[in-house]
Amino acid sequence: MPERSDTSHGFGRVLVAVYAVFAIAAASRSIVQLVTEVESDTVVPYVLSAFAGIVYVVATYALARNHRQLALVTIGIELVGVITVGILSLVDTSLFPDQTVWSDFGQGYVFIPLVLPFVGLWWLRRTSAEGHA
Amino acid sequence: MNDPVAYGIAILALCVAVFAGWHTVRRREFGNPLFYAVCVLEIVLLGLLVGGSIALGQTSRDVDGVLFISYLVTMVVIPPAAVVWGIAEKSRWGTGVVVVAMLTTAVLSLRLLGIWKGAYA
Repeated sequence: MPERSDTSHGFGRVLVAVYAVFAIAAASRSIVQLVTEVESDTVVPYVLSAFAGIVYVVATYALARNHRQLALVTIGIELVGVITVGILSLVDTSLFPDQTVWSDFGQGYVFIPLVLPFVGLWWLRRTSAEGHA
Repeated sequence: MNDPVAYGIAILALCVAVFAGWHTVRRREFGNPLFYAVCVLEIVLLGLLVGGSIALGQTSRDVDGVLFISYLVTMVVIPPAAVVWGIAEKSRWGTGVVVVAMLTTAVLSLRLLGIWKGAYA
């Protein structure tokens, strides 16, 4: 358990590790898509992939460096993103012909993208409750 | 590159993940046995990098080469990164990082097989 109320220590280190994996996964998927696949008229999934990649990268950085406000904002965007895109991708499949991390609530990533923001918010709350100055 | 290789590596990574998870649950420190277990996996992954690169050069399959190689390299980089990061964390969660890394390696191994078979083309 955390000795310090720092978002990057204790369990936070595991959380940062998971975020780092998703940052790399989402960002590299986006780069591959942008380099090889953007030829269709539908740019939505590609823009979204790039956006998701950036969000994960910034969230990883924020958690690792204990920037709580930045972490809160990016994790919030992540939560809204995964739910919105999850609903939209189920309602209108034509909108997302290509996969993104957030499609179908992150089903392609065993729903970790859906669970991760909740864990992140819990962790931010927990570390601040332990007497963060 | 074939099914036994990919599944074998995934299973090996899962075994190390379980071993690391046992450390996490029992609050064991990051000890030599776990270090050696990760080393064994790393050696296998280096073999995969070499073998996979050779196989890519010889195959007539329509494999996305850049993606394939980037997966191989990523898989080689993950274990050492996890060890460095895990040892730096003095609480029980240091080995938790290794669990995450090993699960990631297992998933990447299966996706690598998919890339080899052109499943994501």
